[in-house]
Amino acid sequence: MELIYSVTVGVMVTCSIFLMLRGHTFSVVLGLTLMSYAVNLFLFASGGLALNQPAILAEGASYADPLPQALVLTAIVIGFAMTAFALILAIRARADLGNDNVDGRAEVGDVLSNKGQTVEQNGSVREHPEPSSGGKL
Amino acid sequence: MNLIWVPLLPLLGVLIPLFLGRYPRSLLALGTAILPAIALGIIVSLIPQVMAGEYPSVSYEWVPVLSLSISFFLDGLGLMFTLLILGIGLLVILYARYYLSPGDNAGRFYASLMLFMTAMLGVVLSSNLIQLWFFWELTSVSSFLLISFWSNRSDARKGARMALTVTGAGGLALLAGLLLIGEVVGSYDLQTVLASGTLIAQHQLYPLIVVLVLLGAFTKSAQFPFHFWLPHAMAAPTPVSAYLHSATMVKAGIFLMARFYPVLSHTELWFALVSLVGLMTLLVGAYTALFKHDLKGLLAYSTISHLGLITLLLGLDTELASLAAMFHVINHAVFKASLFMAAGIIDHESGSRDMRKLNGLMKYMPYTATLAMVAAASMAGVPLMNGFLSKEMLFAESLHQDILGAMSWLIPLLVTVGGALAVAYSLRFIHDVFFNGEPIDLPKTPHEPPRYMRVPVEILVVLCFLVGVFPELIVGDLLVAVGASLMPTGVPEFSLSIWHGFNLPLLMSLLAVLGGMALYSQRKHMFAFQAQFSEVDAKQVFEHVIQTLARRANNVYAFIDNGRFQRYATWMIVVAILALGMPLLGLTSAGGSLPTSDLDLVSLGGALLLIVGSVATVLLSHRRLLALVTISVVGLVVSVAFAWFSAPDLALTQLSVEVATIILFLLALYFLPQKMSLFNLPPARIARDLGLATLIGSLVGTLTYAMLTRPMESISDFFTLNAKTGGGGTNVVNVILVDFRGFDTFGEITVLAIAAIGIYKLLAGIRLFVPAADMDGRPWSSDRNPLMLMQISQSLLPLALLVSAYIFLRGHNLPGGGFIAGLITAVALVQQYVANGVVWMRDRGDLNFQWFIVSGLLIAFLSGAGSWAFGRPFLTTWFDYFSLPLVGKFELASAMAFDLGVYLTVIGATLSILTNLGKLTTTDRPNRGGQA
Repeated sequence: MELIYSVTVGVMVTCSIFLMLRGHTFSVVLGLTLMSYAVNLFLFASGGLALNQPAILAEGASYADPLPQALVLTAIVIGFAMTAFALILAIRARADLGNDNVDGRAEVGDVLSNKGQTVEQNGSVREHPEPSSGGKL
Repeated sequence: MNLIWVPLLPLLGVLIPLFLGRYPRSLLALGTAILPAIALGIIVSLIPQVMAGEYPSVSYEWVPVLSLSISFFLDGLGLMFTLLILGIGLLVILYARYYLSPGDNAGRFYASLMLFMTAMLGVVLSSNLIQLWFFWELTSVSSFLLISFWSNRSDARKGARMALTVTGAGGLALLAGLLLIGEVVGSYDLQTVLASGTLIAQHQLYPLIVVLVLLGAFTKSAQFPFHFWLPHAMAAPTPVSAYLHSATMVKAGIFLMARFYPVLSHTELWFALVSLVGLMTLLVGAYTALFKHDLKGLLAYSTISHLGLITLLLGLDTELASLAAMFHVINHAVFKASLFMAAGIIDHESGSRDMRKLNGLMKYMPYTATLAMVAAASMAGVPLMNGFLSKEMLFAESLHQDILGAMSWLIPLLVTVGGALAVAYSLRFIHDVFFNGEPIDLPKTPHEPPRYMRVPVEILVVLCFLVGVFPELIVGDLLVAVGASLMPTGVPEFSLSIWHGFNLPLLMSLLAVLGGMALYSQRKHMFAFQAQFSEVDAKQVFEHVIQTLARRANNVYAFIDNGRFQRYATWMIVVAILALGMPLLGLTSAGGSLPTSDLDLVSLGGALLLIVGSVATVLLSHRRLLALVTISVVGLVVSVAFAWFSAPDLALTQLSVEVATIILFLLALYFLPQKMSLFNLPPARIARDLGLATLIGSLVGTLTYAMLTRPMESISDFFTLNAKTGGGGTNVVNVILVDFRGFDTFGEITVLAIAAIGIYKLLAGIRLFVPAADMDGRPWSSDRNPLMLMQISQSLLPLALLVSAYIFLRGHNLPGGGFIAGLITAVALVQQYVANGVVWMRDRGDLNFQWFIVSGLLIAFLSGAGSWAFGRPFLTTWFDYFSLPLVGKFELASAMAFDLGVYLTVIGATLSILTNLGKLTTTDRPNRGGQA
């Protein structure tokens, strides 16, 4: 069981790191979310894997380690706040800079992605026109 | 009087000129002088105590753990320097009153001068190494302010920058040296360090310590090859040159060498380094001084040469050499300060410092000329003057050297050459300026200065003469006291008098005087010889070096910080791989001693789901909605895993967070580009990223396995044992959160609140664009909110709130608590937004979630602060059991109030994040009217 648990955590970390190295903000936030799952599982494992021994007193003679659980519980909530912040930052960056690249400037390889933007630019724009700079290279 | 007042009074004195700046100059100078005069009085009253060997000291503990303290003590060495700093400082205050022109900001000048005086006093009186270094750097900073006083002049700015860079860099070397001394000795207390000479000398770090400390001293005291900053610092007003660059600051390096003389000297390394650098500086300075046409330039190089002389004496391995060095410190300060002041008078009254123009001033200012000539005679080492005595001591000591082995005869010879050069440039100073024909088109007709501008010069010149004739009477006792600091084992016998009979040193003096005269008479040939060499402008070289350094640094910086997130992420991952991989390499095998448990079907299924879900998320990440489906599978299975592995609280939290996260992502989809490319990058790049990701993934996996299969000691038993008795709850996880580690939780909900408020600010004023159609040109659906969903969710709301209240109340004893209950409430409310729309919700009372956050934090804080009222530390909890009819026995705990704060903060933060994003497309956007 320990082996398959470790392999799972490793695969999740691999996937999340690969996503975080991508150039689109959406992928990075996805990677960040996946990473927080993996990290929470990793932290949780520091207390060992126990079946049917919740840390509720008087339910059993032995209990799972409650300390990692307390740490992970707050980590889940804070992880949500961080994911939300990163996501909103991506939206703000898109709105201000006109593209969804993590650096705020499109790379040569991102030409394809501008297709979507072009279509959007053709559509009616209710508030502010999208800044034309930065989107093309 | 307490010793602390000696540095403290000048520090307070910084304020006086700032307040008196607008009043008449004489009042300003007088007001400035009062506090240092009192400090001088205190020092004078302490002299008998120091002479008796009972050093006054004062110490205040600051951070004892770091061995930081504020402590001062006054020994013979400190006394000598304190007298110089305060005495000459007072004369400079008087002199500057007449020197500064009406347009100068005299208040600022005096304030900087007092700051410098404080710093110097701090250096010489400190008995803590770190404190000494602090004041040492303060002298660099305050001298920067003084040199750049005429900040409109480019040379002043450049000179000040150069001085600060060189002495500041030396200061850093000194700090390293002092820290090493502290490490070796185990204390930063100077008395302890001074008593640990053998410990330091035998330590393997000794050579490094000596080099670092000497680097500090050499840069400060303008020793070759760091001497170049001093001539450029002459852009300062002349009172500053008289004070800083002859009497005090440049002597700080000398002081440092003298201070550590008992512990660091007495080794070959010290003597070789110090004596050779000193000798080199002596010769280079004296030779260069001869060719300077600028009056202050000549004096600057002469100062360098004399500083070299003192350093040389500190590096000579004879009993009396260090005493002679200290004697020359006094003599040089006295005659060089007076010479600078005289040069300032000449500059002030004639408008020029160029010796090619200044000629025959004897006729115009006979009185000043006489004073300057007496002081110059002392500089040359003419008998009856104080300069003669210490120079003769140098000649005497130079005869007993063996540092150069068989070539040691070179030392007396070179020292005599240096003496001859000193005579030559002194002659030039006297003859060129005061005789040698008539002045050549000076801006002003020279005349005598105001009466009191001469007083400081008179006092100093009279001192030159008195010390020269009655040395034993005036400085004998002081030198004995200084010797006690330098040689704790005992001061050797010495005699100060002008006549020691016909001996070799006298012959050397005679040779020096004759040689100097001969050199000066042949000056035309020497100038012609020197003119063949192009002069190197240290300023340009320095600026060039600095700019090259800055450019290189910028290049390195541009390589590391190119504004690309991906590069930073790659660097961080590489560092993480190294930090993770190194310790793992040290393990003999991944598996540890614990037996592994059997694999069951549920676990295997869950693991497979997680793996497939993660990989699918990567592969589908360019199809955003599908990626969200797969990642929500991962999130759900994680919460199942928590439930499976005995963590019901985590499962509940993860489940409710999962809902909030996915709703958030769905909202975000609308605002982000719909089409993304994932694999259109060069294959090499994809391969590199995959490689990095796989590497770190396998490292984390190995680490997890290593951790799971090794026994470890946990502190959790404490929590399990005390949860019921100490915290009054049976749900250990919740008791840890709200009680044992309540302060951590308080910090965490604060972070949550900050994130929510940060998001609010990010969304306020966003320049949104709202596409009317999707990428294929299909218009967005404009359906009304579905009726069935509205009905069901509305009737579900009371039930959901009931569940969350139940989860909240039972949290202390069963799975639940503020975090989970808050999330459930938030999800229930978000559901109403989703089903009914923002407008519908607003019509039914717009909830202000910022207030939820604030009140939640406040309640959490007050429930913690309440324990102060009972004289207990922050967040001490209390609980007890009560019973009521119908309800039965129940428990009340102050931790519940804290949990309520957590509950409200979580609701507020979650809903604030989601609703602010949700409202973006409606007229209720955060930037409309400033309220959410």
